[in-house]
Amino acid sequence: MTEPLLRARNVSHTYSRRNRVTPALAGVSLSVQAHEFVCVVGDSGSGKSTLLRILGGLLAPTSGLVQFEGNTVRAPQPQIGFVFQNTNLMPWRTALENVLLPLELRKPLADQDRERARAALALMGLGKFADAYPSQLSGGMAQRVTLTRALLQSPALLLMDEPFGALDALTRERLNQELLRICHDRQQTVLMITHSIQEAVFLADRVLVLSGQPGSLQGIIPVHLPRPRTLEMLTRPQAGALISEIRACLATGAEQAARQ
Amino acid sequence: MKDSSILFPGAPADDGTDPAAPQTIEHPAPRTRRQAGRVRDWIARHPALAAFPFVLSAALLLWEALVRWQEYPVFILPGPRTVLRKALAMAVDGSLLRHAQATVIEIGAGLLIGLTLAFLLGYWLGRSRTLDRILSPYLVASQTIPVVAIAPLLVIWFGSGLLSKVLVTTIMVFFPTLVSTVVGIRNVDPDLRELMRSLRASRRQLFLKLELPGALPVIFSGLKLSVILAVVGAIVGEFVGADQGLGFLINLGRGVLDTPMIFVAVLMIVLLAQGMYWSVTLLESYLLRWKQLGLKDGD
Repeated sequence: MTEPLLRARNVSHTYSRRNRVTPALAGVSLSVQAHEFVCVVGDSGSGKSTLLRILGGLLAPTSGLVQFEGNTVRAPQPQIGFVFQNTNLMPWRTALENVLLPLELRKPLADQDRERARAALALMGLGKFADAYPSQLSGGMAQRVTLTRALLQSPALLLMDEPFGALDALTRERLNQELLRICHDRQQTVLMITHSIQEAVFLADRVLVLSGQPGSLQGIIPVHLPRPRTLEMLTRPQAGALISEIRACLATGAEQAARQ
Repeated sequence: MKDSSILFPGAPADDGTDPAAPQTIEHPAPRTRRQAGRVRDWIARHPALAAFPFVLSAALLLWEALVRWQEYPVFILPGPRTVLRKALAMAVDGSLLRHAQATVIEIGAGLLIGLTLAFLLGYWLGRSRTLDRILSPYLVASQTIPVVAIAPLLVIWFGSGLLSKVLVTTIMVFFPTLVSTVVGIRNVDPDLRELMRSLRASRRQLFLKLELPGALPVIFSGLKLSVILAVVGAIVGEFVGADQGLGFLINLGRGVLDTPMIFVAVLMIVLLAQGMYWSVTLLESYLLRWKQLGLKDGD
């Protein structure tokens, strides 16, 4: 096996506020290979978001180590892109201007950057909405804009925190299909947090199950469904078995948490 | 209901809008009716502006009627025509312009200093909660001192020239903008702060691209109050001791019982304050034009 793109070694995190200490993550080790799509499934309170923020360098772990391309991550990396659950678009910027923000922070914008961003938005089905403000976009469209914004930086790794969690089921399915297509075309490496087991099975090459309080890794389940994936595959017995396996993993973690 | 499919025809169908929604087809109306409709639209959009000429004429008529009916002497209540004559006379001999100019300079300088200080300190307090906790009690306490009460002191210390008026104006202007700047900076979306962090924005970029535009809507509410108070500050300063300015004119008019002159000065002050308020409002609607497009779909 080649050197993984991202590696976390024995990462633990504890939130301490005044005299209350809340452990969030306990000894999580994982790795993400280049071009891999990894989903982390966990119930609420299992430290999923904490894990993602640590992996992206937004939060320093209490103990443990995160390495990206062999280097220790201590701060946000230019090669790591984020998509969060809340569509964090600036309301005073148009869709196009929002997409251009990351580039703008790095260097003065050139005309070709604008064209590239416009083309990227068009590719996401937002060609006519490039000059619309976020308040004029629906939730699904807004989340496409944030995805475009993250992808336009051509990040080596895309970290997604329940990106479509706030959307309705139909929009979510459609965006997941688009996400898969885009990631396949670009050979994009993705680590995505979700609380939907079906979504994880549909998207991922590997599903990591995070459970318990503090959250710890309960299992790593490879998904051997063929690609390109279709929604129909979720009805196959193979997928059904995977879903029950993940569910069982989650339950084990919850039991352990209850016993403590 | 306005939704984005009307604004942007041909949008993809999965954008949360309903493609099956019935489309309204507009038939062109005959020309005269269309024009009448346009006037009606304008009135509906600007009811205050449309009503203004009527309100103004009604007020002037009432004023004139009151003066004629009660036969007040001019030094008690001059009629609108007397005031207009006085205003024209003062405009012709240049005194009106000179005094108005003096007041405008005081207001301008007071705003410049007061707003700059308010923005700087406001930004600082907005960024640091500790600092805010330490300084806030004093800032609030300072506001309980009526400016009218300390204006004489300022005149004693800094003379009856420009400086004392500028200082009174500065003090008046300072607080509303300070508070709105603190609140504005503090209310900047924490998710957007995290986004800027994940994009490794510099301190300067964070300010220019996020904090400033993010705080602007709140800052404007304080700014509007400040420009009105700037006028009050300059006039109060002039009342206490001055040899020129619109406030001085009022004082002078009271002394020599030239009531029409008081009216002219008051009207100028009102015009000045209105002009400044609406300039800020116009600037606001230009800078925050993205806010007027709130056509959020119910998704």
